Amino acid sequence: MDVPKAIMIEQKDNVATLLSGIEEGSQVQIEIGERNFTVQAIDQIPYGHKIALKDIIKGEEVIKYGEVIGRSTDHIKEGSHVHIHNIKSLSLGNL
Amino acid sequence: MKISGYLRPDGSIGFRNHIAILPSVGCANDVVVRLGRMYPDVRLLSHRQGCSQVGPDNDQTTRALVGLGKNPNIAGVLVVGLGCETIPAEYLAQEISKTKKMVDYLVFNDEEGLMAALPKGAKMLDRMLHETSKMKRVPCELEQLTVGLKCGLSDTTSGIASNPATGIAADRVIESGGTVIFGETPELIGAESIMAKRAASREIEEKLYRVADECKERVKTSGGDIQAANVAPGNIEGGITTIEEKSLGSIKKGGGTTLQGVLDYGEIPGDKGLFFMDSPGRTPEALTGFNAAGAQVLIFPTGGGSPAGSLISPVIKVTANSKTAQRLRGHIDVDVSTVISGEEQLVKAGDRIFQKLLQVANGEQTKSETLGYGSISIWNISPLCG
Repeated sequence: MDVPKAIMIEQKDNVATLLSGIEEGSQVQIEIGERNFTVQAIDQIPYGHKIALKDIIKGEEVIKYGEVIGRSTDHIKEGSHVHIHNIKSLSLGNL
Repeated sequence: MKISGYLRPDGSIGFRNHIAILPSVGCANDVVVRLGRMYPDVRLLSHRQGCSQVGPDNDQTTRALVGLGKNPNIAGVLVVGLGCETIPAEYLAQEISKTKKMVDYLVFNDEEGLMAALPKGAKMLDRMLHETSKMKRVPCELEQLTVGLKCGLSDTTSGIASNPATGIAADRVIESGGTVIFGETPELIGAESIMAKRAASREIEEKLYRVADECKERVKTSGGDIQAANVAPGNIEGGITTIEEKSLGSIKKGGGTTLQGVLDYGEIPGDKGLFFMDSPGRTPEALTGFNAAGAQVLIFPTGGGSPAGSLISPVIKVTANSKTAQRLRGHIDVDVSTVISGEEQLVKAGDRIFQKLLQVANGEQTKSETLGYGSISIWNISPLCG
């Protein structure tokens, strides 16, 4: 069976996007350009959702495309599912 | 690949050769539809504006209606009014006539009812259709092309593949001297500073921030929040979590060139290059805005899929979601899911979109064009006052 893959867009990113749904405990191959490395998933994560590439503390910026896409609302461990339950738009604070 | 189009009297090029009926007001739609039944090939640009509008909202609708009539894909236009509306049919006809294309107008209240108006309108359309049948394509340059870009039902594949691949095609258009317009102001929010860095002048940078702020203000005044307004349940299910994530993925479709201006809704650019148009994220309004700005072809990257078409400019549907490409194979024109699977480089996928753009400009129909639908919807910025 093929190793599940996730795409990391920029070096600064702390999340990657899953190219297939994965079960908890899967080893995910993270691809960035020619490089790749592995992260173990500690949650079940659906296709297209994000996986944390490192620990993200509560209140820390979540980075994708090399830019801030939101702030974590909880302590997120490496390999966690990052989605609407643990990330908040900065616009909700500023508006 | 060489391209060719229909040379208009003002020197612009149409990549389609339509005759259109344009109501100056929504109340004239019924007359337009009846006339349209006599001539199925004519484009019926029915809409719901043109009455009880004031100030900037009235100006915006006027600008959009004139722009629609002026679009180079339209060889001739019949404007139909009632006679009581805020934006008179005669005025619209005069403005559109500045392009020197075939323009006529009909005022319902000047006639003795529908039975008198129909033959009069039919004679005008008949003449225009006959003239267009004699027109031939001539070779032209890419600098005559304006492309509008809209992304719809974005998902996780949009920001990673279909939008950046479209951006590569957009860069190719601009390198060749053409014009690209992208918009959807709600999808600028969270990405303003990225676009601002590419603005050609301070003034453009300031306008960019201003339109984003005005958008946030409008949403706030309506009692909503921009996150809920613009990140739809379909986006969330597809993996997009915040407005910033959606916007950063969305702006990728505009490519990487300098931003030459920020257009008002429906405004025709005064120069070549990349432009941002202040416009809603909603598809009918966004596409109408690009039509009014003179876009002859539209590229529409989608994640979850959209059937959207346009009455004036062919819509090229692009997706990087392989499930969508299969399920909606009757609607998708370019499948770039090979970028997601790793089988194709992003640059090659972008090039395929660019080649499809040239083929469509030359006359190849897109899937939504063959299906033959589309609608006009002008962005209303004030509540109905009347």
